Amino acid sequence: MNPTQPIKIAILAMGGEGGGVLADWIVDLGEHNGYIAQTTSVPGVAQRTGATIYYVELYPEARANADGGRPVLALMPLPGDVDVVLASELMEAGRAVQRGLVTQDRTTLVASTHRVYSIAEKSAMGDGRVDSTQLVEHARKAAKHFIRFDMAQAAEQSGSVISAVLFGALAGAGVLPFSRAQFEATVERGGVGVKPSLKAFGGAFERVQSGSEQDAPPTPLPARAAPAPRHPQVRALVERVQRDFPASSQAILLEGVRRLIDYQDTAYAGTFLDRMREIHALRVDDGGRLAQNTARHLALWMSYEDTARVAALKTRTTRFDRVRDEAGVQSGQVMAINEYMHPRLQEICETLPGALGRWLTNSGAPRRLVERFTRKGRVVQTSSIHGFLLLRGVAAAARWRRSTTRFAEENQLIEHWLERIAQTAAINPALALEVAECQRLVKGYSDTHERGLRNYGLVMGAAQRAGSAMAPATLRELRDAALADEHGHKLRDMLARYALA
Amino acid sequence: MAERSFVEEVKKLRLGAGDIFSGEGILAVTKGLLEAGVAYVAGYQGAPISHLMDVLADAQDILAEQGIRFENSASEATAAATLAASVNYPLRGAVTFKATVGTNVASDALANLASGGVTGGALIIVGEDYGEGSSIMQERSHAFAMKSQIWLLDPRPNLPSIVDAVKQGFDLSEASNTPVMLQLRIRACHVHGQFVASDNRPPKFTLKDAMESPQRDVSRIVLPPASFVHEQEKVRDRWPAAVRFIEERRLNEFFAEDADDIGVIVQGGSYNTLVRALERLGLADVYGNSKVPLYVMNVAYPVIDSEVLRFCKGKRAVLLVEEGQPNFIEQNLAAILRQAGVDAALHGKDMLPMAGEYTAAVLLQGARTFFERYGRLAPLPVPAPVRKIIPLIEVANIGVDAAPEPSRPLEESVHARPPGFCTGCPERPIFSAIKLVERELGPHHISADIGCHLFSILPPFHLGNTTMGYGLGAAGAAALNVQAGKRAISMMGDGGFWHNGLTSGIANAVFNRSDNLTIVVDNNYTSATGGQDILSSTALNPTRSTGHAIERAVRGVGVEWVRTIRRTYDVAGMRDALRDALTTKQKGPKVLIAQSECMLNKQRREKPLVRKAVAEGKRVVREKFGVDADTCTGDHSCIRLSGCPSLSIKPNPDPLRTDPVATVLDSCVGCGNCGDVSHAAVLCPSFYKAQVVSNPSGWDRLRERVRAAVIGWLQRGDAKRRERYAF
Repeated sequence: MNPTQPIKIAILAMGGEGGGVLADWIVDLGEHNGYIAQTTSVPGVAQRTGATIYYVELYPEARANADGGRPVLALMPLPGDVDVVLASELMEAGRAVQRGLVTQDRTTLVASTHRVYSIAEKSAMGDGRVDSTQLVEHARKAAKHFIRFDMAQAAEQSGSVISAVLFGALAGAGVLPFSRAQFEATVERGGVGVKPSLKAFGGAFERVQSGSEQDAPPTPLPARAAPAPRHPQVRALVERVQRDFPASSQAILLEGVRRLIDYQDTAYAGTFLDRMREIHALRVDDGGRLAQNTARHLALWMSYEDTARVAALKTRTTRFDRVRDEAGVQSGQVMAINEYMHPRLQEICETLPGALGRWLTNSGAPRRLVERFTRKGRVVQTSSIHGFLLLRGVAAAARWRRSTTRFAEENQLIEHWLERIAQTAAINPALALEVAECQRLVKGYSDTHERGLRNYGLVMGAAQRAGSAMAPATLRELRDAALADEHGHKLRDMLARYALA
Repeated sequence: MAERSFVEEVKKLRLGAGDIFSGEGILAVTKGLLEAGVAYVAGYQGAPISHLMDVLADAQDILAEQGIRFENSASEATAAATLAASVNYPLRGAVTFKATVGTNVASDALANLASGGVTGGALIIVGEDYGEGSSIMQERSHAFAMKSQIWLLDPRPNLPSIVDAVKQGFDLSEASNTPVMLQLRIRACHVHGQFVASDNRPPKFTLKDAMESPQRDVSRIVLPPASFVHEQEKVRDRWPAAVRFIEERRLNEFFAEDADDIGVIVQGGSYNTLVRALERLGLADVYGNSKVPLYVMNVAYPVIDSEVLRFCKGKRAVLLVEEGQPNFIEQNLAAILRQAGVDAALHGKDMLPMAGEYTAAVLLQGARTFFERYGRLAPLPVPAPVRKIIPLIEVANIGVDAAPEPSRPLEESVHARPPGFCTGCPERPIFSAIKLVERELGPHHISADIGCHLFSILPPFHLGNTTMGYGLGAAGAAALNVQAGKRAISMMGDGGFWHNGLTSGIANAVFNRSDNLTIVVDNNYTSATGGQDILSSTALNPTRSTGHAIERAVRGVGVEWVRTIRRTYDVAGMRDALRDALTTKQKGPKVLIAQSECMLNKQRREKPLVRKAVAEGKRVVREKFGVDADTCTGDHSCIRLSGCPSLSIKPNPDPLRTDPVATVLDSCVGCGNCGDVSHAAVLCPSFYKAQVVSNPSGWDRLRERVRAAVIGWLQRGDAKRRERYAF
């Protein structure tokens, strides 16, 4: 029997990513160059953001004519029997491996290493991302040859789409019996966006041909240059860090100092160092892990997000530039920035000077009036003079931040938290580290912040009740449970299971 | 306006004898209809046959030249009833829909049609949405063919076979006075291939002829006593006629009939997959030349006894490849063999799975089992059990292969990708609003419907309790109609509304004095099936009548409480309307019509216009949302209330934070949902909307200069102050 086999190509893509275009290109490439081509797919609901597979088979027409037959081509890939797998995204490459389409004896896997996050990854309350290196390792292990780079970036750079980059990488891989010119003629015949497509194609082709088809290993972030403070008070703080704290903690402490000067002033950063001094005085022998993590969380907590902070961040030059960049504003175009804000009575009271804020909270008619005016969200145009001055005015409220009710509340919580860390560290440093990490639960604004605070209270309460009898892993589990769902079901279950409710 | 334009492809419908047609399976079917001299075509869209409807819609001029009538039917029942034109007149007609859901809807008309029988050829083309990627319940159309006695074609999935089946189908229908069903699996509908075309053939007898000289024959009408005669006719006349035709035309195929004393019987639709399995097992070559006798049933019903006996006689064993359950054919074959006293062993669902798609891997496994049993293949060596070896010493990494091994199973890293609402979909804010109103009023029973809005049952919304069928959202809550502290909510799309929801849901609720709420999602198209126009579409369609408001229809059947929200992106407004509907003291059904155009269609229409306007130097404002990474705290509430593909996450640029921050991708269409949700849900102040003006006017530029001067001066001052403290 005739040993010639069809060339079998599977394309894994998500709806709207051009998987169909790519399949059509391959068919056209084959049909114009002496091959019998067949492709099919199961689009269905996958067109709406789901994942799908396109499958192509190519068979040399001359061979079929010589043999006097027509090949019977399959309509779906057989695991273990695929020559080329093209994946438009890294998790889809993983899916191809999972489905057994990528095998070491024959499959060339061409995949983009960028990620399009799944809904599970995106909607997690903390960090739900999967580890890309795991996907890469599995794919590398499964494939005969694994060609990969960030094709989304490559597509963007050439003003084209990912299918053109994949097509170029496929040509560059040299696993199909067609020349570069034949590939390019196919793109030209397609007739849509030919120029950018060819540019994307060419870039990918050369990249693969030159052997640099793998992403360069991520270069570690350049360490910040040695601090060069100019202001005398800042210099004093920096010197204090360098003098009084171990070298391993200095980087994070300097970052905290930087954050808190920006947030409030140098004295506030001094308070931060005072507090950290006490943590370091605990003399926990864990390689500085407790001290460093506490420093990170303390700096974040002390720079809690209030209205003044948000207003300050939103009115900066750097922020305007960033928006301009993200919105892709070109020269000759004019841009306006509109903020979606919804300050409620509570946020307003928190921003007003302490006495005024307390008065408003407890007043009758004035409070109702403010409530009436804050029922709806507001759109503030920061790029207009009026809107900018408004936000700049709100940002100025940082001046009396120390007198606000919110500041008092946050400080009380911080002090209590630090106390718990200190007490716990005396018994079990590993547990103290978990206590420190619980700060992560308190984040966000309004309802989100309240929910976070509630969960924080529940978890810390449980830790207090259990005392030294609690295993560090249990506290970690409780914390993860608090981040598992919005309604607190998982946390309640977990608390009940450990009889800590 | 359908999702995809077929204006280019439609040109292929004009190909003449000897030309090579190259294209998609479903388009080949359309060409086959023209070559077969069809007089009328009707149908209801739905994957995988939507393209057939879209092609016909784009081919109206060609159809008109040939005197062919094309109807966009109101439902599959309408489509099937359209075939009534072939009862009295020698008119060839074809209808198409998605199966088995469409067959379910059409079954009343199909049964009536099959009972009286047809004069002209009547072809029912069903797109069998079964297996991977299917969006419906997993059932077989086969049962409908059997119960009504409609002949069922299941051709080999290549273009010449499919086109041939269209033409043979009409001949078979006329030869046996029976409607014929042509079943095409989803991959066959979308398969790209080639066939040699013939000339198109205009119908000899036309619809005009029929209308101008009507004929009637009372014996064709389903009423006693004729209905009793029909049943007898079916088995005495029509069945034998069909069998004769199928035998004479050799619609079923035998390959390598005498090559061995075991063989395989396969439905035409599974032929390619089976041949690939045989080829992999070394029992066939790539051209389908088999060492094993094959009997390919391109006609799945009726089973031709004589051919089955011819194939099985003298064989030790046969394997039947029959996808889906129940195993109708297997049962039928067993009876045939038993009654004829043929003792070939019959294998089928004992070696292949009872249920589920017969993929290449499944058929490979099943075929291997069969051929091993009968000694045609040596059993695969059993792999030696992998023993865990505990290394004695840890080997130092010498850097030969420094690549790290994956430490976790792949399953953990590969997530499902459930379908969801598109970027900017106007249906998303409806469900965001339901989530918000549920925060106030608690969870409600939600009766879901069929359509894009059904994605609400998936993450991140998790809304919806049941779905009973297209347009049946309101009907699905019919029993929940007693005095209670909460009202049930029903969903319905505009497609489902016009399909049957107006009567089965809304009118039913009026008549039965329901107190529930029905939300009708009016996005101007039957969006889930590819954006076809319906009565309430606002687009101007030259061949159809559109612009009929749903609100008028709802009021027309007696609903008093009707609200129309004209911009669904107004989440707060949507939430307030929902709260009102769920708490009002007014009795009777409440109908909330949520109107906004399908974004997929809108973008397709508007994008080229915007590009053109920018190129012409006109002032154009583009809107894009964004998230400030330094104020986002990485809780992702916004994503849980939206799920927009454009709303994603990215690594946190803040050196102190670890949780990823939300980000808006370039694909954002600026629908405004993000901002409205963050307002309505009081989320966080991180969202901003950038308005970018291309070709700004003189006023725009002047204002920009003034702003830049004032704001820039203040910003530079602030930056300088911060700079003093920097290090």
